[in-house]
Amino acid sequence: MYDAGKILIGLVIFLLLLTFPFWYSLGQASYESPELQLPEDSQECIRDTEWMRKNHMQLLDDWRDTVVREGKSVYTGSEGKQYDMSLQKTCMDCHTSKKKFCDRCHNSASVEPYCWDCHVAPEEVANGQQ
Amino acid sequence: MGSNRRQFLRIAGVTTLLGLGGGITLSASSYQPEEHSAREKEARLHAGRWGMVIDTRKFQTEEDFHRVIEACHSIHNVPRDEAKAKQEIKWIWADHFEHVFPGKENPFLAERVEQNEFLLLCNHCKNPPCVRVCPTQATYKREDGIVQMDFHRCIGCRYCMAGCPFGSRSFNFCDPGPYVKDKNPDFPVRMRGVVEKCLFCYERLEEGKQPACVEASNGGLIFGDLDDPDSHIRQVLREKYTIRRKVDLGTEPSVFYIV
Repeated sequence: MYDAGKILIGLVIFLLLLTFPFWYSLGQASYESPELQLPEDSQECIRDTEWMRKNHMQLLDDWRDTVVREGKSVYTGSEGKQYDMSLQKTCMDCHTSKKKFCDRCHNSASVEPYCWDCHVAPEEVANGQQ
Repeated sequence: MGSNRRQFLRIAGVTTLLGLGGGITLSASSYQPEEHSAREKEARLHAGRWGMVIDTRKFQTEEDFHRVIEACHSIHNVPRDEAKAKQEIKWIWADHFEHVFPGKENPFLAERVEQNEFLLLCNHCKNPPCVRVCPTQATYKREDGIVQMDFHRCIGCRYCMAGCPFGSRSFNFCDPGPYVKDKNPDFPVRMRGVVEKCLFCYERLEEGKQPACVEASNGGLIFGDLDDPDSHIRQVLREKYTIRRKVDLGTEPSVFYIV
């Protein structure tokens, strides 16, 4: 192999750069899940927490299309209970505050969903913040 | 170096397969839509083609109009701020005879017709030009005749506004949020760059209720199924002489006027 030394040095530099995020954060505190304000007056969500955490975004997308396009707006949860497929009327009926629930994770994960460009959050509206 | 074409192809092939396989297993474990569990509300009102009759004789005073317009605009979070008058958003509004029925005016019109205003809203045409021109299918015709809008999908190109011969559509030139006072938490607001119009209160029909304007009209507005010969609206249409706006354009409006 020609120029083996140069190539190896180059490879080492490349690998260091590639793994930069890992060794850079080595000494720092690990990621902590943000603390969410859970609803006080209801105990269960339409699905379990783990499932919701993983899938709520696809679920909401799915709800949007089913409700707007097909006019079907009744959802049957895993417990057999029926819900109105609506972000404002169902989700945010329990999770009333966008700032204390939705935003905490979204900010921490640096995602900016555009749901609230149009949809209103009950608590923020009541306080005149939105 | 001992590599040749054959070896290179083999390695590339195996890597591609691994990559594809990995992708498939990943996507298989993710979310599956649950269409089977979605259902219509039991109270939902059905029709072959929703339509409306406006009995203009019952809209005489300013209060008659205001009550109906306010009923609609307040529940649908339509901005009613004076500061925004130049960029007015309207779902239901009123105008004079010559603007409502152009070509039908004459110099000796009855005083009541000449001076009064007439209620206007989206005609929910049977042959809607706005639907034909929408490039994203954000506006579309439902099976029950309602010309529906999917605000999520509107890109604000305003072709529909150019297509609509009735001026039924309004464009949000700026964020309407700050101009909506006392927001209704059960209905969304719109965002900048989205077109909006009357949707025949699809969200109320779903709950078995009549549209908000009809409810507030004290019998001045009659709403019902145009396809059902036994419906109240068809009975009214049989008994009274009615006219529609700009029929010669062939859009087949579903809103009728008793003048």
